[in-house]
Amino acid sequence: MSELEYRKVSSIHGALMFLKGVEGVGLGDRVAIRDKDGRRRNGQVIRTSREVVLVQVFEGTDSLDLENTWVRFLDQPFELALSPDLLGRNFNGIGEPRDDRPPIISSLRRNVNGSPVNPAARAYPREFIQTGISTIDGLNSLVRGQKLPVFSGSGLPHNRLAAQIVRQARLPGDSSNFVIVFAAMGVSFSDARFFEHEFESSGVLRNVVMFINLANDPPMERLILPRTALTAAEYLAYELDHHVLVVITDMTNYAEALREVATEKGDVPSRKGYPGYLYSDLAEIYERAGRLRDRHGSITMIPILSMPSDDITHPIPDLSGYITEGQIVLSRELHSKSVYPPVNVPPSLSRLMKDGIGKDDTREDHPRVASQLYASYTRALEARNLASIIGSEELSERDRRYLEFADHFESSFVRQGADEERNIIETLDLAWALLSLLPPSALSRVSEEDLHKYHSWDGSS
Amino acid sequence: MGEVIEVNGPIVTIRQPGIRNGEQVKIGRMNLIGEVIHLREKDALVQVYESTESLHPGEQVEGLGHPLTVELGPGLLGQIFDGVQRPLDKIMQMSGEHISRGLEISALDRERVWHYLPDPEIVVGKRLRGGEILGTVMETESIEHRVLAPPDCSGEIIEHAPEGDYCIDEIIVRLRLDDGPIESLKMYHHWPVRQPRPYHSRASSGLPLITGQRILDTFFPMLKGGKAAVPGPFGAGKTIVQQQIARWANADIVLYVGCGERGNELVEILQTFPKLTDPYTGRSLMERTFLVANTSNMPVVAREASIYVGVTMAEYYRDQGYDVVMVADSTSRWAEALREVAGRLGQMPVEEGYPAYLASRLAAFYERAGTVNTLAGNHGSVSLIGAVSPPGGDFSEPVTSHTKEIIRTFWALSKPLADARHYPAVSWLESFTDYAERAAIWWSENVSQQWGLRRQQALSLLAEADELERIVNLVGPEALSSSQRWVLESSGLIKEAVLQQNALDPVDSYCSPEKQFQLLDLVLRYHKSGGELIGLGVPVEQLIELEFGVGLKRLKSTVTNEDLSPLEDYALKIRQCFDAMRVEYSNDSGAAS
Ligand SMILES: Nc1ncnc2c1ncn2[C@@H]1O[C@H](COP(=O)(O)OP(=O)(O)OP(=O)(O)O)[C@@H](O)[C@H]1O
Ligand SMILES: [Mg+2]
Repeated sequence: MSELEYRKVSSIHGALMFLKGVEGVGLGDRVAIRDKDGRRRNGQVIRTSREVVLVQVFEGTDSLDLENTWVRFLDQPFELALSPDLLGRNFNGIGEPRDDRPPIISSLRRNVNGSPVNPAARAYPREFIQTGISTIDGLNSLVRGQKLPVFSGSGLPHNRLAAQIVRQARLPGDSSNFVIVFAAMGVSFSDARFFEHEFESSGVLRNVVMFINLANDPPMERLILPRTALTAAEYLAYELDHHVLVVITDMTNYAEALREVATEKGDVPSRKGYPGYLYSDLAEIYERAGRLRDRHGSITMIPILSMPSDDITHPIPDLSGYITEGQIVLSRELHSKSVYPPVNVPPSLSRLMKDGIGKDDTREDHPRVASQLYASYTRALEARNLASIIGSEELSERDRRYLEFADHFESSFVRQGADEERNIIETLDLAWALLSLLPPSALSRVSEEDLHKYHSWDGSS
Repeated sequence: MGEVIEVNGPIVTIRQPGIRNGEQVKIGRMNLIGEVIHLREKDALVQVYESTESLHPGEQVEGLGHPLTVELGPGLLGQIFDGVQRPLDKIMQMSGEHISRGLEISALDRERVWHYLPDPEIVVGKRLRGGEILGTVMETESIEHRVLAPPDCSGEIIEHAPEGDYCIDEIIVRLRLDDGPIESLKMYHHWPVRQPRPYHSRASSGLPLITGQRILDTFFPMLKGGKAAVPGPFGAGKTIVQQQIARWANADIVLYVGCGERGNELVEILQTFPKLTDPYTGRSLMERTFLVANTSNMPVVAREASIYVGVTMAEYYRDQGYDVVMVADSTSRWAEALREVAGRLGQMPVEEGYPAYLASRLAAFYERAGTVNTLAGNHGSVSLIGAVSPPGGDFSEPVTSHTKEIIRTFWALSKPLADARHYPAVSWLESFTDYAERAAIWWSENVSQQWGLRRQQALSLLAEADELERIVNLVGPEALSSSQRWVLESSGLIKEAVLQQNALDPVDSYCSPEKQFQLLDLVLRYHKSGGELIGLGVPVEQLIELEFGVGLKRLKSTVTNEDLSPLEDYALKIRQCFDAMRVEYSNDSGAAS
């Protein structure tokens, strides 16, 4: 089959190509396309029948014509060649080198789509990762094998935050670092450059594999890029025993590419024109994070996505939030108050935090302190809201205290330097310094022993 | 033999004369299994439970002659199955950590030996009716499995195996069917999942399903055999609510269906349940629990099937005379699977891409809940509790709004509450239940006659406080009278001392009905006597400064279910203090008059 080259393109629209009279082509098979100038493109079969085969072309169909396009069906899915030499390299979405070095040669090749992990084979993620960032470690702790996205917006410092996490993430007391898989879709040249520079200057470049599709690269390639990147990650984690940190940016560009093909195919849209299967499609990507019972390595995933018009109910953040194990949400308001990192605490969440913190992992008071900070801060935001209506002079004594608490919380707990690394004990002590602005009677989520041990209330001020 | 004509994602068009709608088919060289869902002239459309990647037109197809069925017999408990009832640990033995395609594995272990105890009434010569109990085996240490005759067979018993050790494939009963032929019965039988299992008649249930969660049991109770929904945006706590129910509900059997959700959530159950003890039997929780898992990365069509596979197994334990709870997380993913298939079939979408039959499918599913008189002559129930994941947290979307029409208990989760880490984030304003009056009968007989009254008082206090908060947000707290400020104070206490319940707190994770009532009663008595003092002229600030509030808020996690006496001690402390104030203030006012 792979020997045969067809010239039977019957129509082309958008990124799709229809071929008639080609028999027995498998769904998902890889397709090699040659145009009249002999240039090659890559495609994939997305529907197949006796009469028509539908091919999606990753490089787009610009300047293809019906007469002079040759198509070869390779009778195999998209695969990535795997070897330890992946580390330190830079590829495009389908795993071709972008760094002027030779392609990876290996007899070990894997279908980039992977296959679903058996839930019975998973191990529950529970090892606390210290990122050195208080809003994450203290309030939304990350654990090994978790998928924890950053919900951001245009112009917000999500890249800086991701780079800081990459630089600082480690298990407390453990020096061995993560291996990084960096997957970029539709990002600007300067953003890609920023990350490369970061990896270089922190000396981890040898432990990074990059898969990059820039804003001016073919958008359809974004559909396969995260799958290629995760195939590399799985190999590094489960066969080479590395702890892998996967940073994927920007999932919004991925979802937009998906919507584009879905519309061209005529799929029934659900919300905002995105196809109904966006949820399952995103899940195929996100669920590749995790730990397996009998493997040493792990895949921790930090997808970054920008929320269109800062709207967290937009289908992309919404469906992501339904799949991932929490989210770190960035706030434009804090950013404009020049608070870095501008983590919007109330809507942020880490679902796997509960088993990774506490007595044996961080400190015994940690779960209660986190819960108390959340409660007090939301209470304080209510007070701030009230003050904006009736004026802060009208506030009760108690509410004025809360106002002060909110300000300090943002300026000393949330805010920290882009290079500032706070260990978890420092973060928790800082939390208690803030809670000491409030009277013990306002702190019902911590225990009496906690108050005794960590709270310093002088009853005045 | 037929052949594949077209492959369009999970929908495969085949040509095979004589194939029937609903029939199972085996497709292609990879032996993929699917189900005919539509006949169109010469062709049949098949939804395939596994990925169709690399399937070619022209590959062969074989009709299996039966619809999707499940195996029902001993050995289901403690297991985790995929969406079409294949045990996931067997899959792992065969294909490793990743699920490969075309695996044929039966649900029940054929090798396992069970000690069978025949029912003394099922003797040779007697007529056997469908659904009768043939005998029993101990399925787990605490659950007796009542081996049932298939519901659709009856005849004269001509042989019944004696007590002894058998595998499920051995014949235990032979009977001469009414129309002559001999039928052999084993310890298990098959049942088609899309057909509700028959029962003798519906019964009415008056018993509340106790979950140990105060906001559920005391404020929005559901009954055994009832139907409930838990809608909420992502991260609001649907899964935790369902896990808490799976842990603590006073049911005999619990089935947890993970439908299109996270793999790690199932792992968590598999790892924690064996170590937890059932508060009613003192045995490991895993002995009464089993799971169906089609996680979000598993094929979408099996997600549609998983709900039916689950509810059929639930009905099977109901037919043995058990109270079964099935939680499904999330019914929205199931509805999306329907939508996806409908879209590929080119069916006309009516709302947000969903087909017109969404509402009727939802209703038919929830209709399988209920308390029944079984064919075997006893009582059993299936309670259904479905999570709903509305896009953008918008409850007006089709799945939530249709579900709301069908169910009788609605536990609405609120994002603002979850953001403030007020868990369970069940909104006291948006939630409802139709079962409160019937639940009240049980509560007044078993806990306190005051229950209904207390519940009402608490709900109205919360509603009143909500109104007052609106006023404060318009004009500030100064506009409120002293007694209104006391209402705000007390409603805050109800929220924090009663409604809030941390699932991770070892003491508070499960709260017994007695403790639920006493905590609420204590807070309401505090509110009432505080209100009287304010009537006598005690400034509200003075009451607040006494700081009983913070103590009340801690009681839930310091007082254990086993010893509730500290609650009375605390009440006494409050009373002594209040009495002293009362004396002081009535003397004052006495002097003034
Ligand atoms: N009763 C509770 N006690 C303590 N923590 C809770 C409780 N309910 C929810 N949480 C916290 O909220 C987090 C999210 O809850 P959960 O996973 O149940 O949300 P969900 O509604 O199922 O979200 P999704 O739709 O994305 O699956 C949990 O990981 C836990 O940290
Ligand atoms: Mg959930």
